[in-house]
Amino acid sequence: MSLVFAGVCSHAPGITGRAHLADAAVKDEFHAQFRRMGEQLRAARPDAVIVVAAEHFANFFMNNMPAYAMGMADSYEGPIEDPKWLGIEKTAIPGDAALSQRLIREVMQTVDVAYAEEWKFDHGIIVPLHFLTPGFDTRIIPVNINCQGPPLTPLHRAWAFGEALRRACDQAPERIAIVGTGGISHWPATPDSGKVNEDWDREFMQHWCANDRAALLSAERYNDEATYREAGQGGFEIRTFLTVAAAARGRGTILHMKAIPIFAVTCTAATMSVE
Amino acid sequence: MSLYAMQKFLFELNREPEVQRRYAEGGAARAALLDGYSLDTEEREAIDQGDIGKLYVLGCNGQLLMHFAPLLGMPWADYIAAMRDGVKQHGPVRAGIYAMTTAHDEKVAGV
Repeated sequence: MSLVFAGVCSHAPGITGRAHLADAAVKDEFHAQFRRMGEQLRAARPDAVIVVAAEHFANFFMNNMPAYAMGMADSYEGPIEDPKWLGIEKTAIPGDAALSQRLIREVMQTVDVAYAEEWKFDHGIIVPLHFLTPGFDTRIIPVNINCQGPPLTPLHRAWAFGEALRRACDQAPERIAIVGTGGISHWPATPDSGKVNEDWDREFMQHWCANDRAALLSAERYNDEATYREAGQGGFEIRTFLTVAAAARGRGTILHMKAIPIFAVTCTAATMSVE
Repeated sequence: MSLYAMQKFLFELNREPEVQRRYAEGGAARAALLDGYSLDTEEREAIDQGDIGKLYVLGCNGQLLMHFAPLLGMPWADYIAAMRDGVKQHGPVRAGIYAMTTAHDEKVAGV
């Protein structure tokens, strides 16, 4: 089999942890669309879900920072955050070490991915799972990309990583879903928290939905300096969206894309056809 | 190298219950814990006092600092205010990618 589902979504900790501080109707609308994305994912009956998240110094530090890494264990734990702060209780999440190893072997043919048999999920993975696989009973293959500690993973390498993941999935008998988490523009964990750039977000997601590789990899539009200036340090997380677009090769459909300032992000949920 | 050590401490504090226990115990246990990191006096005092504003200005990565606030029992609004006040008191963020770009009284999310 291969990929049976692809999508992207926000992962900000406020989505669950500060839900009580948001306008109830606005929050409910986003949560409903996030759950709808989960219903679509589960309807695809995946054996495993690859979650491509952004590194937040939960598992890797600047003593040894991989450009990208994949989990290779039968079980993971999370969240690393205070459960009361995040609004998600600590739990064990099943993995699939054998599937991970097969995927990693194939990815390594073209991309020098790091791997880890130990991985603690932070909000980058567990907030999306709270909505997508809320029983925490679906096998997860955690993946991350360095969007945090410069020098960051180049955009074209995030794309190449997506292509390698797709090739690996094509060789696996399992039904696999892939979800990228993070972005789009935001200035999290600063006094600017809540600031977004709606125009920048709209343009980026137009390119993403069209799977416009040239536009998404534009060195002029999305170089790190331009992204930092126009989309904040949270904008660096577009790398996970690029990886999913490269893997899915399809066209995107936006379920939700509206800023909720107390959540610190343009709250996004979108699917992409697998072609 | 010192900013690196300060952030390494927060990385380990966020991940390891034993580091959290030693920090929370305070006194000699906290002092012995902090002795393990190459911190200068300013950094060590900021960590010891849970001075979020100072740590923010010193350049601590936001994803690391964000977890220190709830560990100190600090609500979200107070954490945001502490960073804002830190910039007002100590000047702009000195390193890293988490600089403040809004005005001191500009509460984007209402907090």
